[in-house]
Amino acid sequence: MTSEIILQAIVTGLMMGLIYALIAAGLSLIFGLMEIVNFAHGEHLMLSMFSSFWLWSLFGLDPIFSIPITILLMAFCGVITHYFLIRYILKAKMLIQICATFGLSIFIRSIAQLLWTPDFRNVDKPLLEGRLEIGSVFIGQPQLVASLVCLVAFIGLYLFVTKTETGLALQATAQDRHAAEILGIPSNKMFAIGWAIGLGCVGVAGGMMANYFFIFTDVGINFALFAFVAVALGGFGSIIGCLYAGIIIGLVESLGGLLIDPSFKLLYVFAIYLLVVIYRPQGLFGRY
Amino acid sequence: MLLDIKNIDVLYDDFQVIWDVSINVNKGEMVALLGPNGSGKSTILNTVSNLVHHKNGSIHFNNTLISDVPTHKRTELGISHVLERRRVFPHLTVMQNLSLGAWHPKAKEQLSNSLSKIYKIFPKLEVRSNQLARTMSGGEQQMLAIARGMMGLPKLLMVDEPFLGLSPMVMKDLIKIFKNIVSEGISILFVEQNVRLALSMADRGYVLESGRLVIDGKSNDLIDNKKVTKVFLGN
Repeated sequence: MTSEIILQAIVTGLMMGLIYALIAAGLSLIFGLMEIVNFAHGEHLMLSMFSSFWLWSLFGLDPIFSIPITILLMAFCGVITHYFLIRYILKAKMLIQICATFGLSIFIRSIAQLLWTPDFRNVDKPLLEGRLEIGSVFIGQPQLVASLVCLVAFIGLYLFVTKTETGLALQATAQDRHAAEILGIPSNKMFAIGWAIGLGCVGVAGGMMANYFFIFTDVGINFALFAFVAVALGGFGSIIGCLYAGIIIGLVESLGGLLIDPSFKLLYVFAIYLLVVIYRPQGLFGRY
Repeated sequence: MLLDIKNIDVLYDDFQVIWDVSINVNKGEMVALLGPNGSGKSTILNTVSNLVHHKNGSIHFNNTLISDVPTHKRTELGISHVLERRRVFPHLTVMQNLSLGAWHPKAKEQLSNSLSKIYKIFPKLEVRSNQLARTMSGGEQQMLAIARGMMGLPKLLMVDEPFLGLSPMVMKDLIKIFKNIVSEGISILFVEQNVRLALSMADRGYVLESGRLVIDGKSNDLIDNKKVTKVFLGN
């Protein structure tokens, strides 16, 4: 095995890892804010890919240009999810909360299958196509752009949460809801903002992946599982942890596939998850 | 009258914890809410903040009925509540904690003004302004919690067990700070278990037992009152 092949696997893993990181950041933000796990995260990713697909198929809008629309649609979807579902289960028992978002995932997937059939679709001849050759490493253009856009979105999210007034209020609400409420910070509004941003992240990732990924109703399942692993690995509630964890997962997936056996790619990732849960349950950057 | 609580009942589910309690606070007055553990002192503050809803009776603030005003809108009216056990945001800095205290537009406008004022009262907070709140001592966190409450420009500052776990030195500082705050025309309603300490600083006191008001009056009249001793020491 040559060093070129390993380098290729590292680059591929890095690019995928940045996308995992952004998806996980959305999940982590929502969890950190209200301690509710969004088990429908994968379905929200699927929805954002379909949003990109339909905007292309019906209006001829290339995924690159429809990204802002997809983000807005997903943010809106987040607000609706909070308003019609989450708000009623905030004080409920954990099992009820799990059933609610898990039920939502089944609901969304079933409706999607009903409306759009389980067929595989893809965006034909997007603007971003082909690959670059740098030295001996091949980099798919849509993959490269997708990972860079996700990285930019991630940095934007991080700056928003740590530097802006609304971001601080989100953190305050996450750390002590009643203390924040008493200072005048309306927690219900903060929760809605959290959902909007969380699903907005998924909108960026899904919209960009629509360029090169097959789009079908079950597409989100593996991504959501990876996002859970990333959140656990990075540490619950830590956004920066998601970045490192996403990259680690991307690298393990591609290097494990290369060095051991590609058919067990998922296995390596979940093996890390088990190791983390056993040896460092608070994750790399966790507070809990 | 700044705060006027009239004949309120409070229930947790169907378990009644406050029975027909009336309390009032005038402008620039320091009022102590006394009583043993579980007598409902904190519940009363939480009711004024609407963290708990009351049944029957009414709560007026500045002559307006506020019984249905949601919690997050009350700071704007001039009610600041410092919760029991400080409840600062542990993973935010002192400065960030303080600036979140000035959330409503009027307070935000005054942010830099309030900050310099707060730093004069609590010089330690200025030194530590970039430190995470969780890395500070209990006393410093209590100061931060009170300072954060002051950032909302309150007319009424409610403080729940301000002296809990503080060293005598810090306690002395805090008493001085409370007197300063009151001298600026801000009212303070605080909860305390130490009767002597509370009555030595407050203008008036209310004594609660098992959710019912037992006696109230001027501090001097309460301090050696037999009824008060009975509540705390039994027969």
